[in-house]
Amino acid sequence: MNKTKHLALYGMLAALALVLSYIEAMIPAFFAVPGMKLGLTNLVVLVALYRMGAKPAMVINLVRIALTSILFGTVISLWYSLAGGLLSGIVMILLKKTGKFQPLTVSVAGGVMHNVGQIFVAMLVMQTSAVAWYLLALWVSGVAAGAVIGVLGSWMLSRLPGLDKMRE
Amino acid sequence: MKLKKQDVLLLAVFLAVAVVLGVGLLLTRSNGAIVVVRAGGEQIAEFPLRKDTTYTIEGIGGTNELVIENGTARLKDASCPDQLCVHQGTIQYAGESIICLPNQVTVTIEGETEDNGVDIIAT
Repeated sequence: MNKTKHLALYGMLAALALVLSYIEAMIPAFFAVPGMKLGLTNLVVLVALYRMGAKPAMVINLVRIALTSILFGTVISLWYSLAGGLLSGIVMILLKKTGKFQPLTVSVAGGVMHNVGQIFVAMLVMQTSAVAWYLLALWVSGVAAGAVIGVLGSWMLSRLPGLDKMRE
Repeated sequence: MKLKKQDVLLLAVFLAVAVVLGVGLLLTRSNGAIVVVRAGGEQIAEFPLRKDTTYTIEGIGGTNELVIENGTARLKDASCPDQLCVHQGTIQYAGESIICLPNQVTVTIEGETEDNGVDIIAT
């Protein structure tokens, strides 16, 4: 694939991730615990990871975090998303690299690690006892959200064989 | 998509961590000492959990009846139609809370060690 097409694909996927972030932000907080969310953008990261590779997935992830933070976030929320996005991205890349796990499992690990990363930031701000209960709630919700995204992502991957050819 | 043995194993580990964390928290939870009442985010009253008492909370949109007895706190009555806060039952451990959304009232149990009165929650 030539450089221009490559750039366009990056841009398109980053834009898609941004839109999904926005859609998710518009859904009212119907979950009991702040920070609980589905992580729709992880769908894009998962597909990028499997169809394009580790580096593009990470680049798209970071571009999305930077853009959402500038557009809708605060300084604090930037650190939360950055910690969550980096940790989940790294863990998903490493798990995928072993070649032993299905996208569903990789997605669940990503979902959990995203929340764990956010808890690390929260630990710097809040008291530990409160954070422990919060960690439990977010851990469980991370598993659930990761599973939903994993199922959707696996389905998308099976329907999108074409992106494979765009790799080179 | 078919899950392999290592997938199931890793997923089981994630669930096991959640269970261990939950059980650990249940075992180490500490009894609360103070009942803190907030309306619209502002603290309006504070009671020791050990002393039986009742108190009418003036919330933003209505009132709630707080009852403290036998070292537990509950909301006995509420002005709102759904009575969700009443159904939340009793609380007694540090960190537990009852929330009444219509009246913007929260009742939180705090532990003895948190006597500095600072309880910042980042949003």
